[in-house]
Amino acid sequence: MMNMLADLQSFFAVYPEKWSSWSPDILRAIRTTLWITAGSFLLGLVIGLFLAIARLSKSAMIRNAATVYVEIARGVPALVVLFLIYFGLPPLGIAFDAIPSAILGLGLSSGGYFAEIFRAGIIATHRGQREAGHAVGMTPFQIYRFIIIPQATRIALPPLVNMLITLLKDSSLASLISAPEIMLRAKDISSTDFLPLHILVLAGVIYLAMAVPLSLLARIIERRMFAGLGARL
Amino acid sequence: MLPDLLQRIPTYLQVLLQGAGITVVITIGALLIAVSVGLTLAVLRTFRLPFVSGFVNVYVEVFRGIPPLTLLFIIYFGLTYIGIRLSPLPAAIIGLGLSGGAYCTEIFRSGISALHHGQREAAAAIGMTPMMAMRYVILPQAFRITLPPLGNYAVGLVKDTAVASAVAAPEILFRARNLTTETFDTALIYVLVACLYFAMTFPIARWVGHLEKKRSSWS
Amino acid sequence: MTKTLLNIVGLKKSFGSLHILRGVDLSLGESKKVVLIGPSGSGKTTLLRCINHLEKPDGGHIYLDGKLIGEKKVGDRVVKMSERELAAQRCEMGFVFQNFYLWPHLTVQENVALAPWRVRGMPRAEAMDLAAKMLEKVHMAHKSSEYPERLSGGQQQRVGIARALAQQPKVILFDEPTSALDPELVGEVLGVIQELAAEGRSMVLVTHEIRFARDVADEVIFMDGGNIVESGHPSEVIDNPQHERTKRFLGQLGAG
Repeated sequence: MMNMLADLQSFFAVYPEKWSSWSPDILRAIRTTLWITAGSFLLGLVIGLFLAIARLSKSAMIRNAATVYVEIARGVPALVVLFLIYFGLPPLGIAFDAIPSAILGLGLSSGGYFAEIFRAGIIATHRGQREAGHAVGMTPFQIYRFIIIPQATRIALPPLVNMLITLLKDSSLASLISAPEIMLRAKDISSTDFLPLHILVLAGVIYLAMAVPLSLLARIIERRMFAGLGARL
Repeated sequence: MLPDLLQRIPTYLQVLLQGAGITVVITIGALLIAVSVGLTLAVLRTFRLPFVSGFVNVYVEVFRGIPPLTLLFIIYFGLTYIGIRLSPLPAAIIGLGLSGGAYCTEIFRSGISALHHGQREAAAAIGMTPMMAMRYVILPQAFRITLPPLGNYAVGLVKDTAVASAVAAPEILFRARNLTTETFDTALIYVLVACLYFAMTFPIARWVGHLEKKRSSWS
Repeated sequence: MTKTLLNIVGLKKSFGSLHILRGVDLSLGESKKVVLIGPSGSGKTTLLRCINHLEKPDGGHIYLDGKLIGEKKVGDRVVKMSERELAAQRCEMGFVFQNFYLWPHLTVQENVALAPWRVRGMPRAEAMDLAAKMLEKVHMAHKSSEYPERLSGGQQQRVGIARALAQQPKVILFDEPTSALDPELVGEVLGVIQELAAEGRSMVLVTHEIRFARDVADEVIFMDGGNIVESGHPSEVIDNPQHERTKRFLGQLGAG
């Protein structure tokens, strides 16, 4: 027992020692991770919004094209999309740097999920409220604008926060296409300092420090929403 | 160009399909671990023991907040520091399994709590102990409710196995990377990889969609 | 002779192979109140919903104040209107839903003011004023800044009525306004409807409240199986039904 405590102590003692040599790289890496996360979130959001609206279009061609995109985006691993963009495009003449590749790849891939989130939010807006909109003389566009979209956005908020968490975690994949984010730095440091467990656990903790508050936020939003919107209507 | 293409594709596919076998092994292994862990933790939580609930919550938060890649690296590279050396395949299965366990805990938890409180009371009223009620009344129904989200999890798992390539597990993406270094036919190979993954995930996704439609008809 | 406000001719509606309306005629004079009664599936709700085209009829025509609803004359043909033209027509008809369908993300006052503001283009302050006045009418002004889910069913329905009134409609359509309410809340809603009736509003009501129908209606119409079976003054239809089916229906309800 005493042995274990001593081991743990010496384990954790490494961190303060190493912090000064590790921190500049790590802090820069965190910034890259945040850029990739934010960039792919925005890209995915915009793509998803277009896709969701497209899937409700009157034109069967547009609807089907959007559905095909969503099915493929949800059926192919994000990592494969990243590889396709970063390794597969340059021989064909299109070369993106690592970070733009990551944002593009994760954005295109997550767009399918964003589309489903928005679609679910729109569908969840009860038919009766749309009818009430018709009854007071609203055009379909007005019903979307004043009744469906305000509520769909509220309903979509928790899943959207969860997508942010997912993209935060998926940003780690960018290390495999040499983007200088947290995991790449961690691997570099672990091969120079021979302290793989320390640095990788630190990396894990950093992700947790960002993901856990976000997931708490999602749950708070969910709870307040169900209190606010009520189940009656 | 075209006949050349048609010659290359089967050659590549042969290699990639070998990787597909490993992908399936990883998926099934991780799935078994994840479902076992998830079910156990979800059931444990229903007993409302103070430390147990806390432990389950911490487990879920930690394994849902860490990227699967990080977890795999910790298991495959990190543990060597304390003398534990796992080969790629077990490392991948354990890593994805533990990660999935957190996800599955949530799936089973909402499945169990979705069952009306009255069911538990009804079971108690006919003389069942909580254990029996769980076994004969709650879990069978929870199973039906959780099948669609579990199916969705399985789809995600198949895709997640791609990160196992980073710890040298010889699954599809790993073989693809080796192939590209040999042949430089990068675009075609990765497109084939994408098609292969899609071919594996799409049937499951369709089945889940079918299940969800069935469920909404009699819920 | 009162001017005919609403005229329905030969209205037909089917859902697949189910014929709900088999050629119904109805006319409503200005300031008059028509009440539709009948068993479930008789078509009374469908008839009501066809008037403002929440359901699109399969045959027949509807005229409000002499103008065709939902259709327009192009040359000598009659074609269906677009959704936007239809929306403009619906402004003139108020509709009160059985399940109220208030919008949960808006306050009570915003619920009532939304259409005047966004649909009819009133300035927001003016629309909110109008809403306040309509809420006064239904005795719900004290709840103006509450959200619908905090209100009881009866209160929500009264807000629904205020919302319909805010359109300053030519006719108000009520679809079983009290059927979704707990018994003790029914009275407050019927009271409001009665006050509106006394003001001289034109109304078409679908309801199961036979006693109320007797008090408020100028004409009672009994429907069954997609047809009008019997119609006339409330004292005739309700107190002295002529047809077997009417007698059976009223007897089942224990009316009177």
